[in-house]
Amino acid sequence: MTPISRGFRGRPRRDVDPARIPPGQYTVEDFPVLSAGPTPRTQLRDWSFTIDGAIEEPRSWSWEEFTALASETFTVDIHCVTKWSKLGTSWTGVSVDTLLAGARTDGAYASAWSDGGYTTNVPLADLTGGRAWVVHSFDGAPLEPEHGGPARLLVPHLYFWKSAKWVRGLRLTVEDEPGFWEEAGYHNRGDPWLEQRFWND
Amino acid sequence: MLERVAESAHAATIVLEVERWPGHLAGQHVDVRLTAQDGYQAQRSYSIATAPEDPRLALTVERIDDGEVSPYLVDEVRAGDSLELRGPIGGHFNWSAGDGGPLLLIGGGSGLVPLMAMLRHHAAAHSTAEVSLLVSARRWEDVLYRDELLALRRVGAVAAHCTLTRERPPGWDGFARRIDAQMLAEVAPSPAAAPRAFVCGPTPFVERAADLLVGLGHAPEAIRTERFGPTGT
Repeated sequence: MTPISRGFRGRPRRDVDPARIPPGQYTVEDFPVLSAGPTPRTQLRDWSFTIDGAIEEPRSWSWEEFTALASETFTVDIHCVTKWSKLGTSWTGVSVDTLLAGARTDGAYASAWSDGGYTTNVPLADLTGGRAWVVHSFDGAPLEPEHGGPARLLVPHLYFWKSAKWVRGLRLTVEDEPGFWEEAGYHNRGDPWLEQRFWND
Repeated sequence: MLERVAESAHAATIVLEVERWPGHLAGQHVDVRLTAQDGYQAQRSYSIATAPEDPRLALTVERIDDGEVSPYLVDEVRAGDSLELRGPIGGHFNWSAGDGGPLLLIGGGSGLVPLMAMLRHHAAAHSTAEVSLLVSARRWEDVLYRDELLALRRVGAVAAHCTLTRERPPGWDGFARRIDAQMLAEVAPSPAAAPRAFVCGPTPFVERAADLLVGLGHAPEAIRTERFGPTGT
């Protein structure tokens, strides 16, 4: 039985539709930064994005090629496993569907990898069908390094640690390969609506 | 909840007895969940201040001005109350004596909390790893665990340094400015010594410290960061 915290009243937000806030989350107006180490600072001339691994036609783009791809600007809510949610965030980037167009793969998973060594694993089903992007702009301005710039993966329907900052590629895999936080105690899939925060959730 | 001890005008340590606590690593945190009479719940994360060797669990909480949970924990909760906790959490920002050193601990404000757990564990485990500590705070009165840090420095267990960015007490002989490359070069082991660095505090502080360490030649992989609190962005 959940104990009642004597004297605690809390401050429920009245102006936000509670259906937009997953269990255990609270909303913020700022944009918190959480990372495991120093912020990588890759120059655009050194940047590329690669899709390889279990795919018949690996492909790679330079920054010029990447930013020439069809992109979209869209607004989504994001949810961090550390409990904060930020509603109505605006991003510009390339849909992962566009990046995977025409790809033939027998892999069901992808490992996103980033400058600085970060990795995270996401089922391909969660990266396709209009559910994921590689984004380069936030709120109409180039994505700052603190927030993952030059580009980050964006998978808003999962906890935000899956939206790998400083992303440089997706390696398609046949087996699911847990990434950095998944190996450090966090949940393998990370659905905020099922409150899948930690490995034993 | 056993007792609450004021650490400063803005922070308190709450000491807990936890049933079936599985043990933890220095640097880890817990999630505290509060439930109001009407069922409304709020959860926040707080770093564990105690070493794994300590049978009690202590959390040091800083009161955020318009926070929802921290004012309750710092001002309201009292001996005999129950808190709902989940944890320990954190598989990356932690240190065990067996990991070895040298250790470089850099804390801004309440970022000192998980680093203090590491220092307490270092002492309890009789670790011989060299430890350098740099604490940044606005005023001396805001420095958490002041007396304990002074004692650790006196016995030579830690090379402890402090920088006060807003006000200094009379006769202050520590640093008196925001952290910069020169300060870190003086305080930190050289990159050749390959220290394990743990940096914790508000995001702008952590960004700055981590960038400065990389700029001084420390390997990014050897720097672990944990960021707290509102970002102001």
